Amino acid sequence: MNAPSITTTAQTNTVSRNFDLAAAFKDALKAALITLGLSIPILSYKTNQSGADLFLTSRWGLVAIVCAIVFGLRLVLHAFTASKAYAKATPSPRQATELVDAGPSAFQKASRFGVPFFLGVALTFPVLIYLIQGGLNESRYWVDLGILILTYVMLGWGLNIVVGLAGLLDLGYVAFYAVGAYSYALLSTTFGLSFWICLPLAGILAAFWGMILGFPVLRLRGDYLAIVTLAFGEIIRLVLINWVDLTNGGAGISSIPRATFFGIPFTAGEDGFAATFGLEFNGMHRMIFLYYLILALALLTNFVTMRLRKLPVGRAWEALREDEIACRSLGINTTNTKLTAFAIGAMFGGFAGSFFAVRQGFVSPESFNFLESAIILAIVVMGGMGSQIGVAIAAIVLVGGPEVLRNLTFLQSVFGTGFDPNEYRLLLFGAGMVAMMVWRPRGLISEREPSVILKERKAISGSLVKEGHG
Amino acid sequence: MSTAGANIAMQNPQASTARQPLLSVRGVKTYYGNIIALKGVDMDVNEGEIVTLIGANGAGKSTLMMTIFGNPRAREGTITYAGRDITKMPTHEIARMSIAQSPEGRRIFPRMTVYENLQMGASMNGMAYFDQDLERVCTLFPRLKERLQQRGGTLSGGEQQMLAIARALMSRPKLLLLDEPSLGLAPLIVKQIFQIIKELNEKDGMTVFLVEQNAYHALKLAHRGYVMVTGNITMSGTGKELLDDPQVKAAYLEGGHH
Repeated sequence: MNAPSITTTAQTNTVSRNFDLAAAFKDALKAALITLGLSIPILSYKTNQSGADLFLTSRWGLVAIVCAIVFGLRLVLHAFTASKAYAKATPSPRQATELVDAGPSAFQKASRFGVPFFLGVALTFPVLIYLIQGGLNESRYWVDLGILILTYVMLGWGLNIVVGLAGLLDLGYVAFYAVGAYSYALLSTTFGLSFWICLPLAGILAAFWGMILGFPVLRLRGDYLAIVTLAFGEIIRLVLINWVDLTNGGAGISSIPRATFFGIPFTAGEDGFAATFGLEFNGMHRMIFLYYLILALALLTNFVTMRLRKLPVGRAWEALREDEIACRSLGINTTNTKLTAFAIGAMFGGFAGSFFAVRQGFVSPESFNFLESAIILAIVVMGGMGSQIGVAIAAIVLVGGPEVLRNLTFLQSVFGTGFDPNEYRLLLFGAGMVAMMVWRPRGLISEREPSVILKERKAISGSLVKEGHG
Repeated sequence: MSTAGANIAMQNPQASTARQPLLSVRGVKTYYGNIIALKGVDMDVNEGEIVTLIGANGAGKSTLMMTIFGNPRAREGTITYAGRDITKMPTHEIARMSIAQSPEGRRIFPRMTVYENLQMGASMNGMAYFDQDLERVCTLFPRLKERLQQRGGTLSGGEQQMLAIARALMSRPKLLLLDEPSLGLAPLIVKQIFQIIKELNEKDGMTVFLVEQNAYHALKLAHRGYVMVTGNITMSGTGKELLDDPQVKAAYLEGGHH
């Protein structure tokens, strides 16, 4: 009985181990030829109009590039399937016991080395960039990008409380960002309050609006909740546009006071930051200060979230995400739990918003459209709902990615000078999302870390456990 | 079937026992929209008793259990617990009156660890006795002790049921409501769970209200039982009386139960 099965395994092994390069090459060539055939009528000629005349411009270079891409991809696909078949034919010795005796999971690996690494890079980022770029002014672009990414990291972490922990799908998170931004803008321009007073006020106001949103949607879950929150986000934006007396409408509020170093302005004057600390004046001082400010705010968000997860309220959020009915029968006041999730999530959105206002010096309703909400939500979903480090990575990819695209100017020499890689941002964004849904449907880091570690960490992949519903 | 209930008598439990019932349900009617699910239920659970409610699928057993917890709310009638009217109380406040429930379908938190699930059970009394109670449920359910750090959703069905009961026990309830703890479990595990219910009742004096389809085991365990048919209580009596009743036998005990 045993003998035949052994031989078959051996055969598959030899077959898959000897990856047939010639056959793969032939197949890839065939695919490239088909592409060539198809692209002759589609790609090879372009019509150009000049006055009344119509010219045909040949584009054989483009055809060659497309064929080469198809050839290469086909070859890679062959190699990929072969290696996969090989891996299948030789099961890992641990496979059978994987469920119980899981080795360090992706999450644990990421948190053991990733967290100190990311934190180190984040803390020294302006210095590193200064050294790499060789000057303060040269590093302006990179520090600015760092600020942008950290803003989204913070927004992602804030929304993670609502979506990731409490399981309340919120499509209107940008509304709280807007509330925070306008709070600072209005309080500082009208009453001349400083940033450090406005920051907590903006948080409180945003939390208040979070509760206002929370009340009507207490009974809703899932899709219905998403639609109501989406509408809420739009309402706030439309109010900002139309309440011209207060918000100056679509023109926005400009000349918002800039951030000061705890009272010392970043100016070239006598009492400015540079003069006080005996430095040569440079506009970058303010940027670097802003960088560390948003880093501190983001880390505060993370710290508070991590602490809350270990407290009854945080555990109640997570339990609420898993099963609402069970929560209620365990004596948890689901009303209060939801409202605190909305309020605290919104509060961090408000902090981020007032930071946005102080950084830009200008706010207008255009900055708070639905796409912003969608990007923040995408960051949370892509990062793996509830995972802090995953959200940070997703923010870097989603916000930093487009900037990388902007810099791919060498592609212009291939596709012509009119080619702007940034125009394909949303296409790539969509493709990336589809790829995520196929390969990592639960986000980059899908494991939920227990809030209590008893002896050693022993995690079981989140993908093995079904999502709660209720 | 419904008329035959008179044989065993719709006796008033209060007449036979002098004690004040811990939980009493009077004329409770519950609706799902316009559909009536409970058509005026009277039932009592005395302190220190195991009371079981048996009935076929869709009779309204789980509805009664959930109605006691205020979800859905009774449209008519009153529910009194320890002398207080809890009919209109919010669910989470009822839960804080030392009533614990292991709801139908276990409803554990699948992505949280066993330990965290138990913490959730203890959260309503501020985790004051958490360590003691953890020890206690770990003695009752040694299987859970091995799996404290494992996610709830990765437990087997029986272990999940144990977790649901253990989680309910963490709040130190006076009254424990169990909805079909034997559902979908192997006979050996069912036996274990029923044994634990018995221990809880005898050693700790816990009052248990048990909704079951597994009528044989439930009636054998219970001091008293009620039979529910399409939203009405049709019979009541001691566990033994109901077990010996030919009607009950024919309707709920036919087939291999030993």
